[in-house]
Amino acid sequence: MLLIPCPHCGPRSELEFHCGGEAHIARPTNPAATGDQRWAEYLFYRSNTKGVHAERWLHVHGCGRWFNVRRDTISDRFVTADQIRSAEEGS
Amino acid sequence: MGEAGIAILPLAPSARFSLRLAAAVVEIGEAGGFWLDIPINTCHVAGERMTVRLGPNEWLLFGPQADAIRHDVAATLGDRFFSLVDVGDRDLAFAVAGIHARDVINGGCPLDLDDIVFPAGSASRTLLGKAQIVLIRPGAERLYRIECGRSFALYVRAYLENIAHEFLRSPGSGILA
Repeated sequence: MLLIPCPHCGPRSELEFHCGGEAHIARPTNPAATGDQRWAEYLFYRSNTKGVHAERWLHVHGCGRWFNVRRDTISDRFVTADQIRSAEEGS
Repeated sequence: MGEAGIAILPLAPSARFSLRLAAAVVEIGEAGGFWLDIPINTCHVAGERMTVRLGPNEWLLFGPQADAIRHDVAATLGDRFFSLVDVGDRDLAFAVAGIHARDVINGGCPLDLDDIVFPAGSASRTLLGKAQIVLIRPGAERLYRIECGRSFALYVRAYLENIAHEFLRSPGSGILA
């Protein structure tokens, strides 16, 4: 069982979370002009990092917010957790 | 109920609202008797009205009269962008009280309920078994309020009673259900 550091709620059990996969994957800004290969890379290609990996988590049974963490995939240790802020909330 | 044994009691119906508010809350502070500017995962009781802050932009509001709450909150928030949804019929509440209340809840809930981590005034959305609940500890006594979806109520109650049976042999214990 992982203890995941939610930036709003502190360390909570993995049971309360949903993993959103690798973080910082930018959606192509102009989908109509994006070729199949580029689109497939956006949808399906992931880095499968061995070591420190940036990923997204949703605290679904908690504060209900998405956030980014960096987790070492070898030791499962969480390195950092960051809030994702919308433009509306400011930074 | 109270300091002896375990009590698992359904609570009387209450009006409930889910408030979502995009604006910064610090400048609002209080809306219609509900304190919005409280730390995340805490509750605040003022008279018959209770505020629970579940996240940075989400609150649950409890009180006896839905119409009065709707009117008071809407009047305070004015033309700010917010959503105030009546969820009074969506949820049911149980009280879990007694010396083993914490043990019984922890039989299905992964939260650390130690007094240091979850003191009086704490409240959080979490899980009990497979059901999502909101766990509220309004005061210092061993009394917890569990809010769960109406359709999960039988499951939640049976789950709690099942665990409570493990504590029947403790001195002074009994189930009041």
